[in-house]
Amino acid sequence: MRLGEIVTAAVLALLSIYLMIKSAELDVGYTYGEGPGGGAWPFWLAAVMLISTGFIALNWYKRTSPPSKSTEPVLDNYGRKTLIFVGAGLIGFIGLINIISMYGAMLVFLVYYLKFLGRHSWFLTLTMAIGMPIGFFFFFEGLMRINMPKGMDFTEPFFNILYDVIY
Amino acid sequence: METLSLLADGVWLSVQPLNLMLILIGVTLGLFIGAMPGLGSVNGVAILLPITFLVPPSSAIIFLAAIYYGAMYGGAISSITLGIPGASTAVATTFDGRPLALQGRASLALVTAALASFIGGSVANVLFTLFAPVLASVALSFGPPEIFALMLLAFATFVGLGGDDIPKTIFSICFGLVLAAVGFDQISGEPRLVFFDISGFLHGINFLVLAIGVYGIGEMIWTIESTRGEVKSTEAKMSVKGIIADSKEGMRRGWKGTVIGSFLGFFVGILPAAGATPGSLMSYGVAKMLARNPQEFGKGHPSGVSAPESANNSASTGAMLPMLTLGIPGSPTTAILLGGMVIWGLTPGPRLFTDQPEFVWGLIGSFYISNVFALIINIAFIPLFIWMLRMPFTVLAPLIFVLSVVGGYAATRDMHDVWLMLMFGFGAFFLRKFDYPLAPAVLAIVLGPIAEPTLRQSLLLSSGDPTIFITRPIAGPITIIAVILILLPLFKMIRDRMRGPKSRGV
Repeated sequence: MRLGEIVTAAVLALLSIYLMIKSAELDVGYTYGEGPGGGAWPFWLAAVMLISTGFIALNWYKRTSPPSKSTEPVLDNYGRKTLIFVGAGLIGFIGLINIISMYGAMLVFLVYYLKFLGRHSWFLTLTMAIGMPIGFFFFFEGLMRINMPKGMDFTEPFFNILYDVIY
Repeated sequence: METLSLLADGVWLSVQPLNLMLILIGVTLGLFIGAMPGLGSVNGVAILLPITFLVPPSSAIIFLAAIYYGAMYGGAISSITLGIPGASTAVATTFDGRPLALQGRASLALVTAALASFIGGSVANVLFTLFAPVLASVALSFGPPEIFALMLLAFATFVGLGGDDIPKTIFSICFGLVLAAVGFDQISGEPRLVFFDISGFLHGINFLVLAIGVYGIGEMIWTIESTRGEVKSTEAKMSVKGIIADSKEGMRRGWKGTVIGSFLGFFVGILPAAGATPGSLMSYGVAKMLARNPQEFGKGHPSGVSAPESANNSASTGAMLPMLTLGIPGSPTTAILLGGMVIWGLTPGPRLFTDQPEFVWGLIGSFYISNVFALIINIAFIPLFIWMLRMPFTVLAPLIFVLSVVGGYAATRDMHDVWLMLMFGFGAFFLRKFDYPLAPAVLAIVLGPIAEPTLRQSLLLSSGDPTIFITRPIAGPITIIAVILILLPLFKMIRDRMRGPKSRGV
């Protein structure tokens, strides 16, 4: 944890510097009659962020913050596995949206999580994995008139069937 | 006396069979729309606006106001049970509502939210009925310096009383404010902070993208990792006796938050361009500031639920005030309502009260009736919401992830924001590991779009002189309180040093 805290502070300090540079693409000063420039607000906020990271590093050096005193690892074996399996599932879910649609990706994600991570029965898995996307479809497309991504062309016949129910 | 007679006529109009039915449908629809992450009252009102052309204008506005009311109640449901803010107005409810649910006390949080919403709505209705024209003129006396001072106070409460690591809290606030600045510079119209020229940044970062990322994705991964997958949120129970006991406890421990939220929420609600979201966040901050043990906030304090919930209901009524009396909408939802009124051939403004008394008082009467129905319907549905918490965590977790992704998309309809939300989720997970408080970042991204323009306008008014925030009669005291709060941790540190090492527990 101790090493992790100072590495995080360093990353955040770099992020603050990047934000300052990016903000400075617009005027960061004060122009008489026009007020503060467009970049002034984010520039000075990023400067305060940078100063804050300095104090975080100071607290780390003085060992006053709880993570700076901790000898535990940031992620143990279980934590790493959790992050990889859940994180990969989420990345896969979002990545599939533009290919097999929001509803198709939802189905695949639910099967992955409920069956392979949760080890639930196929009955529960399929009931939820099929029922939820259909329920969401009618709520969003039918009631709320919000169109979710439909993915590539090959999904069209499936959606035509569902749209026939709405209209 | 005349006001009471007009109000009685309004209440009578709103309990006519058609209007009563519309109130019931509106409140129930609003409850579910509000509970759905990514959707809020603004979506419900906008989508259902065309339907109202089938009924007379007075019934139409009653229906839309009922949706608005129901959504304010509904936003708390997913904030408490799932930890994802159902609507922007319920972001602050997540701070204490979710910890209560994780302690197996979801029923206490839900009942407190429902009662606080009812009280907030009732207080606002009375204030609206009695003081509408006077309050509208007071709200107009709030210029950019006064509004910026209020924003400063909201941030200061998090710094001075957070009990968290101060540099990390300040970092979190500034980070949220910088994220709010992404997109276009509102004054010059130039693109600003468009990272790596990705066009998705041009429309800015919607606060729901950060809020859902932090509370939906980040919080869930953190919960799974820190509890080794054995989450104990499934112990929530529900019974009539339990509801009564929770009502008593919620009011006993949350009354202060309810009172603060009811009045402050109403006042922030009537400020043009403010609305229920800043109202609820500021009420949370002030309730924390005035609490005997502010360090209990964020860990499951009933006042942390009652303050934002009473405030968002109160503010939703308050936001109607400038719309009806001055023709200035106080929130995005009231802006749509205003549009509807114009389409129906009504002209909002001072003359509306004299030209269309039946319409105005029918609407005000419907606020009272909607408030009662929203409370009853909300409490009736609480067992259903509690049942959701009894699900095994391996069922609840994917449900929350799915809702987060769908909600993240529905908020802006842009896949760029869904990826951004995922990034925020992972970032929040790591930052939380190192004790970075994340609620201030969410607060800041919500208040940022109000804080920056008001600061710039104020400095323009004073030709760059920052003393404008101290010399103005209303802004001055608010700014001074904010500065004292920001300096409070420094005073505490100096006091501890002067008392010697014993006081620091060395």
